[in-house]
Amino acid sequence: MPKTLLRLSVNGEDHDLAAAPHKTLLEVLREEMGLTGTKHGCELGECGTCTVLVDGRPVLSCLALPIELEGRAITTVEGLAGAGRLHPLQQAFAELGAAQCGYCTPGILLTARALLADNPRPTRQEIREALAGNLCRCTGYTKILDAVELAALRSAGGA
Amino acid sequence: MRGVGKERFTVVGQPLPKIDAWAKVTGETRFADDLSLPRMAYGKLLRSPHPHALIRRIDTGRARALPGVYGVLTGLDLPRVKFGILPVSQDEEALCTEKVRMVGDAVAAVAAVDEETAERATELIDVEYEVLPALMSIEAALRRPEVRIHEYGDGPNVHKAVSLEFGDVESAFARADLVREDVFYFEGNTHLPMEQHCALALWGPDGKLTLWSSTQTPHYVHRLLGPILDVPPAHIRVIATPNGGGFGGKLDPFAHEIAACKLSQVTGRPVKITLTREEVFYVHRGRHPVLMWVRTGVTRQGEILGMHFRTWLDGGAYGSYGVASTFYTGALQTVTYRVPAYKFEGARIFTNKPPCGPKRGHGTPQPRFALECHLDKIAGELGLDPADMRRRILAEPFTKTANHLTVTTIGLGECIDRVVLASGWRDKVGQLPPGRGIGIACSSYLTGAGSAIYWNDMPHSGVVVRADRSGGVAVLCGAIDVGQGSDSILAYLVAEVLGIDPKDIRVHAADTDLTPVDLGSYSSRVTLMCGNAAIQAAERLRGLLLGAVAAKLGVAAEALAARGRRIGLPDDPDRSVSFAEAVVLAESIHGVLAVPGSYAPPKRAGKYKGGGVGPSPCYSYTACVVELEVDRETGGVRIDDVWIAHDVGRALNPLLVEGQVEGSVYMGIGEALMEEQVFRKGLHKAPSLLEYKSPTTLETPEIHTILVETDDPEGPFGAKEAGQGPLLPVIPAIANAVHDAIGVRIDEIPITPDKILKALARKREGKPARVGPERLPRFTFPAPRIVESAFGQPADGVAARPFQGGEGGRP
Repeated sequence: MPKTLLRLSVNGEDHDLAAAPHKTLLEVLREEMGLTGTKHGCELGECGTCTVLVDGRPVLSCLALPIELEGRAITTVEGLAGAGRLHPLQQAFAELGAAQCGYCTPGILLTARALLADNPRPTRQEIREALAGNLCRCTGYTKILDAVELAALRSAGGA
Repeated sequence: MRGVGKERFTVVGQPLPKIDAWAKVTGETRFADDLSLPRMAYGKLLRSPHPHALIRRIDTGRARALPGVYGVLTGLDLPRVKFGILPVSQDEEALCTEKVRMVGDAVAAVAAVDEETAERATELIDVEYEVLPALMSIEAALRRPEVRIHEYGDGPNVHKAVSLEFGDVESAFARADLVREDVFYFEGNTHLPMEQHCALALWGPDGKLTLWSSTQTPHYVHRLLGPILDVPPAHIRVIATPNGGGFGGKLDPFAHEIAACKLSQVTGRPVKITLTREEVFYVHRGRHPVLMWVRTGVTRQGEILGMHFRTWLDGGAYGSYGVASTFYTGALQTVTYRVPAYKFEGARIFTNKPPCGPKRGHGTPQPRFALECHLDKIAGELGLDPADMRRRILAEPFTKTANHLTVTTIGLGECIDRVVLASGWRDKVGQLPPGRGIGIACSSYLTGAGSAIYWNDMPHSGVVVRADRSGGVAVLCGAIDVGQGSDSILAYLVAEVLGIDPKDIRVHAADTDLTPVDLGSYSSRVTLMCGNAAIQAAERLRGLLLGAVAAKLGVAAEALAARGRRIGLPDDPDRSVSFAEAVVLAESIHGVLAVPGSYAPPKRAGKYKGGGVGPSPCYSYTACVVELEVDRETGGVRIDDVWIAHDVGRALNPLLVEGQVEGSVYMGIGEALMEEQVFRKGLHKAPSLLEYKSPTTLETPEIHTILVETDDPEGPFGAKEAGQGPLLPVIPAIANAVHDAIGVRIDEIPITPDKILKALARKREGKPARVGPERLPRFTFPAPRIVESAFGQPADGVAARPFQGGEGGRP
């Protein structure tokens, strides 16, 4: 299939690339751009593993087509940390053991970031609801919920 | 404890982040599918659409002609040897040549320029099948002996049949105040790691092969690839990549690994094969469906006099770990409670379904579910509190069981007391409003299998600790981190012994060229076995460092300590050197500082056939209380709280231990309430993450974890396992809580809403308020092997372990 030229804004940088129009954002990020931090769990939109942010909203990259996303701000886990400084969510996930195998972690971090942007002090139930579309098989979610709470507390200047 | 008192630990016991936490939260960790190499081709397997069929003809001509295809393989391109993870079950082919035995059996493989072309090419391969009758259940497989899935085993479609009797069970029943029989069924389920299996192979022009794979057992893959590919193992290098979850699902040698290797050879390119999620559901090797019958004789106080346990395992199409799984369904019943006389009969039956194997708890969650529900029913009949009854009948520490397992420390009494207190058990059991219930169950699990998969006298785990002149330390170990934190545990232990910070250590794991053998990340063995090897290596290195510093300072080595990145006199900061200076001093005397440590478990296997399955250096113990609510309209179960206390020996890092316990509880809830691997006409009914139900954040309750420490003499700094045992009691605790809530027994896992509604309807109709198996297969077990019960005999003390001697060996 012939390739289409695309300009994608990923993690604040514009990238010009050529990809077949039916390639998903997940495939283009991983295979064309080398951004392998975005993982795949099902490629059917069922597990949340491949979540990225588009204009700050969580999007399943396995169901998104890059040709529809030109001019939109795409954020992957590689774009979550500032220069030399982890995002409070990343810091909290590392400190509290919220990442075991770490495979679902990028998608959960980005989903949680979108939650905290909307709702800086969510209740535990609100965190559960926000993350209900992200499967994790290792942690039992407990440390993930703890870490989102800690990050929210720290971001609000509470700790 | 080796001059380092409990109070003087600096690293052990601290809730430190994992050493790879930063890589995990930034997406930097490279899983197998994140790797790519120049000129890499993508591989795909063609899989059988039939559960049972002869292969009449395979024509790959059209696939080979497709532009972009680099190579096509069938089984005829591979050496005609069958393989299997266990030496006794060599029954698999990477690409089937004559017969397929399940939907999903691979018959051909393609390498192409991209994944789509490879997939299109597989569709152009013409396979002519002669369809055979498919045997989709234990009953069907036993009923039709003329349809043979394999030509080997202990009978037509019987992979393995075992029968063992320890002590006189019938006379125990004759003396009992109550003899009770129950029947249970545990449906199969699967591991479902979030990462799909992936392999990348590079067969170099020098004829040497490198395989990167998401495997939990790089050593076994290395060992088996030689004969499978007819290549000297010396020319094969297997590198395990960090596993995106395993839970036992990445423990066998798999068709895609073998096909990637061979495709790389024939195409002269690196070849990567990543399974789809649907393929993972068929590759499977997960929890066996097990039908169980148990009869126990007890006194009025609930003291067990004798137990007879029978299991029938639906093994699926191949052997895999199934012989071990079969023994495991009978091995650990005796480790939790006092069972003076014990009889076990088990049979694993071949069916035309994906083969089952080890999943978290390997062969023991099913009988644990049965046993703990059975004990609850006994307590009910005797009018005893189920928590108190269990508390009274616990196994004795430092004794042997009827089936010759040596038990060391047991923290189960404290575990029960703690969950009973924390949950408010005494104010709740039998007293909650209708629809609400509370249940308890206990368990025990191995801390590492006492025997290797192949018999040998070599270490089960090896570690090399190498000190650099910079003061940095490299730890080389064959174990792969599957998310549980094994790399971090190695770093903590070495840092503790050498008096440095875990950050000063880099762990290099699971590369068969560079790291000493570790048998694999299974049976909860890594912390104990690699940990003990790491401590031995680090202590030997410390000995060299202390000796060199002692010579420099003109003091006795015994007077020195290694702490805070310094080595010297503990009370005199002026008479010490930095760790890096100590390395320079020692390297100047001894040359390169690369020190090995080795571990093999004490040889304690019972002297009977089958005695190799069950022994472990020590056993973890767990008690669990679950409180839940049953919706009597919908049959839905909502779990509100789980209290779980786990005897981990010592929590080397309490944060990581809690994580293992919480993950186990979660997985137990999924198995108890929703997860099932079921088939219709050979096809998986739910081969996707949407259809195969697993708990989300919304179904996972608050988990209250309590860690109990018993400082086991076998463990590294006293540690026992944490990754599997805590799953075991969760499932029966839920079943027992459902009974407390609505007065019905669901003797079948998973406890789905339809079963609850059916049981409630039966109760309303005045029938027995139970849903579960109604009949047992017609099957004659072999005559039992009679073995004297070792119940109550004292343990061999701390048994001598191989490789303990030498300088710096543990005292």
